[in-house]
Amino acid sequence: MKLPIYLDNHATTPMDPRVLQAMMPYFTEYFGNAASRNHSFGWVAEEAVEKARKQIAQLIGATAKEIIFTSGATESNNLALKGVAEMYAERGNHIITAATEHKAILDTCKRLEKEGVRVTYLPLKGDGLVDLDMLRESITDKTILVTIMYANNEIGVVQPVREIGAICKEKGVLFHTDGVQAVGKIPVNVVDDNIDLLSLSGHKIYGPKGVGALYVRRRNPRVQLTAQMDGGGHERGMRSGTLNVAGIAGLGEACELARLEMADEMVRLASLREKLKVKLESSLEETYINGSMEHRLPGNLNISFAYVEGESLLMGINDVAVSSGSACTSATLEPSYVLKALGLGDDLAHTSIRFGIGRFNTEEEIDYTADKVISVVNKLRELSPLWEMFKDGVDLSKVQWTAH
Amino acid sequence: MAYSTKVIDHYDNPRNVGSLDKADPNVGTGMVGAPECGDVMKLQIKVNPETQIIEDAKFKTFGCGSAIASSSLATEWLKGKSVDDALQIKNTDIVTELALPPVKIHCSVLAEDAIKAAITDYKKKTGVAVEAQATA
Repeated sequence: MKLPIYLDNHATTPMDPRVLQAMMPYFTEYFGNAASRNHSFGWVAEEAVEKARKQIAQLIGATAKEIIFTSGATESNNLALKGVAEMYAERGNHIITAATEHKAILDTCKRLEKEGVRVTYLPLKGDGLVDLDMLRESITDKTILVTIMYANNEIGVVQPVREIGAICKEKGVLFHTDGVQAVGKIPVNVVDDNIDLLSLSGHKIYGPKGVGALYVRRRNPRVQLTAQMDGGGHERGMRSGTLNVAGIAGLGEACELARLEMADEMVRLASLREKLKVKLESSLEETYINGSMEHRLPGNLNISFAYVEGESLLMGINDVAVSSGSACTSATLEPSYVLKALGLGDDLAHTSIRFGIGRFNTEEEIDYTADKVISVVNKLRELSPLWEMFKDGVDLSKVQWTAH
Repeated sequence: MAYSTKVIDHYDNPRNVGSLDKADPNVGTGMVGAPECGDVMKLQIKVNPETQIIEDAKFKTFGCGSAIASSSLATEWLKGKSVDDALQIKNTDIVTELALPPVKIHCSVLAEDAIKAAITDYKKKTGVAVEAQATA
């Protein structure tokens, strides 16, 4: 077993060597511009791009023409939201999203609000799921778009996307989903789920960074977008810019591998996750799972170790790469807004750790990680005045703290 | 974020971890911070009533590595100092010693607050008038 261990697969994933192999020829030998229509260099590049389009489409149940290549999911999300808001401005100016969305959605919504769009941020239930009745009630005749992520990047909670899609279809509202964490990990089908727009990214599915895609439905309804970048009119006029052929070939291959291996991989990851969870919970008291365990990505475990601050825990397990919802690990010095949206107190948010298990993790690594976490949590609890108070039976919620 | 070797040393081998008897008239206890803010420090001193020298100091901290290191260092510095000299310890001294980055300065402020709170508590117990600077 090699140290350090990488268990932060929601942040990014290592590229699968098979993906790299698929990309290699397009850097040097086949370097053509896919938009060059009049020579073989361009044709070869175009062929690679169209192959990838099919591979991506197949993974999500779409048709190849519905795939628009972008630089990544942040761009896909921006294009979907801004493109729809602009294109459908005459029909309405209301967008519905949820409090636990990724910043690429929330900050895009904030930008749109400044431009006069009204945005509803749905609160979440305690388990992290959207309340479908609340969603239904929030849709007005001014609503043009609902955007709810498929699976959350922190707590791994999988939303009832099929039900959300059905509600949107019934109400005649477009439905976009940020599928970054879900695509390639669990079955996603844009037809069955009534999804009109879907963002996905290469580097979350063992593909390259810097490439992503936006699925844009062409039929029932035909979704239109206002392009957010002016240029050569590539990608059906929705996204100009010379295509990243090597990256696109990699994204296609990553999707193909995910599709072929998903069924087995879901079972394997779920069993590793279960092993980690059981080990931690049986050795440590006062641990809390954040978010629904039932509706969750197989590789995700988000858990709070009460009375132990997250960053100090990360420091102790420095040969295992994970992330924390603690304020001290964020740029903003605020604890995770996702955990807070679940109704979790700041105190528990500060003690949360996110484990993201992926394709290349082994059982040995999970065992090592669990043992390490258990020993560091025990050590830090010995150091924690809160743990001491808890053990003495002090009700911490009744203590007068000197906030600073 | 990379930690300085001194922070790592205090984190790996924290000095003077533990608790002193709160009820002892010669023990001053300071508890500062809040769980919601992500750090709570408990710092205790045991003072010799004859000499006003701090003979023992203990801490427990819930917080990041820098918070743990700041309070661990504080206990090291407190031992052997007179109460009045202890009040002269400044958060900037801790920042310098541990090479704390700007985002971690609040950890050193909290440690200074904990020192002052422990001394204030001790003085209250012994009936000595609390000096203005003790509440700074």
